[in-house]
Amino acid sequence: MTHGFNRRGLLMGGAALPLAFAAGTARAQQATITGAGATFPRPVYERWAQAGREPLGVQLNYQSIGSGGGINQITNRTVDFGATDAPLPAAQLAERKLLQFPTVMGAVVLIVNLPGVADNALKLTPELVADLFMGRIARWNDTRIAELNRDLRLPAVPVSPVYRADASGTTFVFTTYLSRVSEAWKSGPGAATSVQWPAGNGARGNEGVANTVRNTPGAIGYTENAYATVNRLTTTQLRNKSGKFVKPDNATFMAAASQANWAVPGFAADLVDLHGDNAWPIVSPTFILLPTNPAADKVDASRNTMRFFDWAYKSGAQIAERLEYIPLPESVQNQVRAAWAAEVKTPAGAAIWTA
Amino acid sequence: MEDDSGAPPPYSPLPEFSEKGPRVSATTSDQVIRRSSGATGDLVFAWLCKGAGLLVLLLLGGIILTLFLGGLPAFRHFGLHFLVSTDWNPVEGRESYGAAVAVAGTILSSLLAILLAVPLAFGIAFFLTELAPQWLRRPVGIAIELLAAVPSIIFGMWGLFVLVPFVQQKIQFAFGEELAAIPLIGFLFESSNYAGTSIFAAALVIAIMIIPFIAATMRDVFEQVPAVFKESAYGLGATRWEVVRSVVLPYTRTSVVGGIMLGLGRALGETMAVTFVIGNANRMAGSIFDATTTIASVVAMEFPESLAGSLKQSSLFALGFILFVISFIVLAISRWLLRSRLKA
Repeated sequence: MTHGFNRRGLLMGGAALPLAFAAGTARAQQATITGAGATFPRPVYERWAQAGREPLGVQLNYQSIGSGGGINQITNRTVDFGATDAPLPAAQLAERKLLQFPTVMGAVVLIVNLPGVADNALKLTPELVADLFMGRIARWNDTRIAELNRDLRLPAVPVSPVYRADASGTTFVFTTYLSRVSEAWKSGPGAATSVQWPAGNGARGNEGVANTVRNTPGAIGYTENAYATVNRLTTTQLRNKSGKFVKPDNATFMAAASQANWAVPGFAADLVDLHGDNAWPIVSPTFILLPTNPAADKVDASRNTMRFFDWAYKSGAQIAERLEYIPLPESVQNQVRAAWAAEVKTPAGAAIWTA
Repeated sequence: MEDDSGAPPPYSPLPEFSEKGPRVSATTSDQVIRRSSGATGDLVFAWLCKGAGLLVLLLLGGIILTLFLGGLPAFRHFGLHFLVSTDWNPVEGRESYGAAVAVAGTILSSLLAILLAVPLAFGIAFFLTELAPQWLRRPVGIAIELLAAVPSIIFGMWGLFVLVPFVQQKIQFAFGEELAAIPLIGFLFESSNYAGTSIFAAALVIAIMIIPFIAATMRDVFEQVPAVFKESAYGLGATRWEVVRSVVLPYTRTSVVGGIMLGLGRALGETMAVTFVIGNANRMAGSIFDATTTIASVVAMEFPESLAGSLKQSSLFALGFILFVISFIVLAISRWLLRSRLKA
């Protein structure tokens, strides 16, 4: 008889288990949204996810697999939203039935390893940067660099350009800048998440670039600003479109951000090489891709995604600034909310975002 | 389900626990039943094993097919030119992909690694079989095997933080110019790349990774040389080196080459460690200090940012297919060379 007893006990236990589970979920009211894509905004999305979990009851699971992967996954609808650094053109957005909106802006800075040269001391012009990355300048004591930096003692070490070996949004922003300022670059390597670099060494990720630059006297590389700050890398000044030399800091990034024109399809504002005395020339927004036609069972996830980024706009600015990202201006935030209301619809055709 | 009350089951899976009747009488009936159930078990087991074996074949075929079908658009678009083109340009509007640089980088870095690894592995194997005192053989043998167990990412990190600066400062900066000044072969060392990440650094890392495989194979085949051969040679007054050169090596030649090919096979596919240290530049390496790239690292670096169905992704699949074919050829040769040893 003991046998039968045990079995019954087990059955009862089995029945009780799902109940306990259901009770747990009901208490926490926790909904999960899944996103995948760009690596560039990963730190800020993760911090937002932590801070927003309590007040929103939304758990964000973000996988920074790269913009290309994010676009693939959201096109196949295997995640709730995708994230990309390079904006998708309007035609592609329509074809894939996606709404694109920006979350934060970030800056790309140049890092160098020149013994005896202090942080933000070296001045570079756009032409010089292009030539350095083209491998057209052999040594750092080249007369063109020396003329600009008469107050510095530049060593005669060879120039070693360092770039991202993995395809990345950072590379897209940086090569867009180089194509903008140099005709030779535009017709040569061009702008993309990875290009055919004429000279130098590829390293993996921001860490790899930073490490290679740190180890190699004479190296010059580019990384996201947040990364350069945290790791105390030696950055440079850059001459902007208005002809002024600017240092990479929050003030110059904000100056660039304030010049942006957001009234373009997909909010694909172009912040690269803008006019403005104090504007840092390499700034870019990063984007979220949200399906405009979520399936019936994805409607909640879609609403929660919008709730999450609505919260991030309202309450996440400080977190973004602490991580050296630039929050979106409020007018743009409102335009994004209007786009949510107008474009994201349930299968029945009702707006999902109604706030 | 009240089984206690019903008749005893005709067959109990655990007869030892049965308390009914004397044991002796139970065994005879159990033996009969066991034989029949054993036959079914045999059949099931045989089919399971057959299935497992077939599954491997199916998987292999499936992988080849996936790679080939994935790469087909690239092969169609570029034709045979894909194999000789040195382009790798993902910029929209001027997309053009070729495998030449990655294939050359893969083969050159692997060959260079073999060149570095074989003498060392030979030394280890020779030491372990002929020279080392008995008490030292096990610890050294185990250390070599442990080296084979180190994950490749660890080698990558170590390579990037230790080996690359070493190559850069202690070799390139220290006597790079002297090396470049050597007549005839100086060009092999002449490079404008001073970052230290280079095909040479990659070859060094790969060499360290494949030494255990080659050394283990060599040790095993050296041990199979009949003692009487060696003793005869020693008896004739041969030195250790003469014994190895004239007796051990000729006897084990094909197996040694097979072991080297096994190492080569692993070197070809090595991804993470190489990616860290090779410099990832889509340029043909003119010198051993130049940065270049390999098939595996191109795929690892570019795949996450390639759009599904794009020409870029297809080209990456095509590269994967080429790597598969190269590795397959190398491994097939190694199996063929090792076949007699493996049978024995």
